[in-house]
Amino acid sequence: MRKFLKSFALLRESPIGMIGISLVAFWVIIALVVGFLPLRDPLAQSAGDLLKPALTLAQDGGHYWLGTDDRGRDILSRLFFGSRLVLFWSSLATIIAYSVGMLMGVTAGYRGGWWDEGLSFLGNVFLAFPQMVLFIVILSQLGSDSPAGRWLAQTGFSTTWVKGVTIVLAVMFATAPQVARIVRGLVLDLKTRDYVAAAEVRGEGAFYIMLVELLPNARGPLIVDACLRLGYVTIAIAALGFLGLGLPPPDPDWGKMISDVRGFGAMAANAMIWPALAISSLVLGLNLMADGIREIALRD
Amino acid sequence: MITIAARRLVSMLLIMFVISILLFVVFEGDKVNLAARVLGPYSAMEGRLTWLETNGYNRPIITRYFSWLYGFFTGDWKTSAQFSAPVYNFLLPRLKNTAILGACVFVLTVTISLVLGVFAGVAEASKRDRVITVFSVLTTSVPEFASATFLVAIFVFWLDWLPGSSSFSTGFSWREMVLPVATLVIYNFGYYTRMTRASMAEVMNSQYIRTAILKGLPYRQVIMRHALRNALIAPFTVMILQLNYLLSGVVVTEVFFAYDGYGKALYDAAMFGDVYLILAGAMIAVVVAVVSQFISDVGYTLLNPRIRFA
Repeated sequence: MRKFLKSFALLRESPIGMIGISLVAFWVIIALVVGFLPLRDPLAQSAGDLLKPALTLAQDGGHYWLGTDDRGRDILSRLFFGSRLVLFWSSLATIIAYSVGMLMGVTAGYRGGWWDEGLSFLGNVFLAFPQMVLFIVILSQLGSDSPAGRWLAQTGFSTTWVKGVTIVLAVMFATAPQVARIVRGLVLDLKTRDYVAAAEVRGEGAFYIMLVELLPNARGPLIVDACLRLGYVTIAIAALGFLGLGLPPPDPDWGKMISDVRGFGAMAANAMIWPALAISSLVLGLNLMADGIREIALRD
Repeated sequence: MITIAARRLVSMLLIMFVISILLFVVFEGDKVNLAARVLGPYSAMEGRLTWLETNGYNRPIITRYFSWLYGFFTGDWKTSAQFSAPVYNFLLPRLKNTAILGACVFVLTVTISLVLGVFAGVAEASKRDRVITVFSVLTTSVPEFASATFLVAIFVFWLDWLPGSSSFSTGFSWREMVLPVATLVIYNFGYYTRMTRASMAEVMNSQYIRTAILKGLPYRQVIMRHALRNALIAPFTVMILQLNYLLSGVVVTEVFFAYDGYGKALYDAAMFGDVYLILAGAMIAVVVAVVSQFISDVGYTLLNPRIRFA
């Protein structure tokens, strides 16, 4: 905890990093307290209030601070409730993709030989796809009406969870090889160090060396990369929502909020801009945070 | 050099082989749904089964796979179920459209990012450097569908200067190219700019630049003759490598602006389960990925005399 506070104090020296942290913290805090805020129901439709501009008075006397969408739903409340989905699913996807990628990378780097050849080839297979095409293929085929989706639905998961888990899997396939590539490079450098030789002489197992000696020592560049990666994953998941492959309706997914109203032309300009701003501010926060961390790491 | 090229070719063919098998297996479970999509949601079950039978989808998967593989190398890319046209004839004009889009984006991105990156990197930590860096972080943080939204809101709805759809329904027009190109350039140039900036800053701190400045060469000449060439090696490699990532953004942008290109075709095909169209698209993507990687490697060795193929 003290270490955490210390690194936070360090980060305060980078104004860019502080702006980034504030943006991310804003959305994290919103996601945590959104249930206690005096917001309108994010799913409640109101036929009389379609595509209203910002600051409109609602029929029931309240305000639509950011206006309404094509079904008369309150945009502010949908954005704020949506932040939960966005943050939860992109963090989960990044964590899982990172864990798999680190394991792949450390194994390929440390074991070398056939392990390296095999894992690198596997990574190249997935890297050869343009990322978005890989997502689309996986999501369109592992959707809720595929065998895997049906099995998940039978085990009692809701459609949101089935879709969410498939998204996490798709992100994992596309992201883990990239992480593995970075980790492998770092490990190739680290494994010539004396402490690895010392551990080998002590008779430690390969697993111990990979997880206790190698990975913790590679953490510096990986923390920066993880911040950036979380940004990319957030973008990718929102883009999937935009393409109609994200979480099922009526969940307030930011990407889907844009595509929902796109067909209404100029009337929908207000309803389109807010979710676009929301996703941009979150990703900007993550990128600036990564910058701040890198700046401080380079200083000492 | 030739050995490297041969090795790359073998690994490319291997990757294409694995990917095509994976795709075949993945789409095999979706056959009946495919027939339902072709014949419409109210078609009878017998009709769907007949459709599968007559179009050869009921043959064993191995036979089908090798028939496809043979056809792929002999120029018969099978028929798209969705568009009932030969995949080859269908995909070719789409690829041409995307190539036009991609070329515009690539040229603009490279020009903008090299100029900005060099300007920022020459004077590291100056105000100009800070502004350019923050600006490029800002633009890379806005995903394509979001910046497309902003552009449409400003230039289509508010100012009414440009069309919001790029379907070229009345023939090719440059006005319809502006927004898709701008969307992709905005998202992509920031990364290259920062790359160029970092590389330029590193070169400017090196001994030989200091020597050149100290021996009294004009500053312009130091930059143009000594710094630029060395500073552009790293960004050049990355830019070519990123062609593959450009394709991902192309999917979203083409769908957003209804631009009839490769990305949109692939998106439609994946949503439809149109296995032969997807296969052809994926194979093209692999070739683009491997060839761009090869070009970037060769370019790197040509630009950097310290590295030679072993």
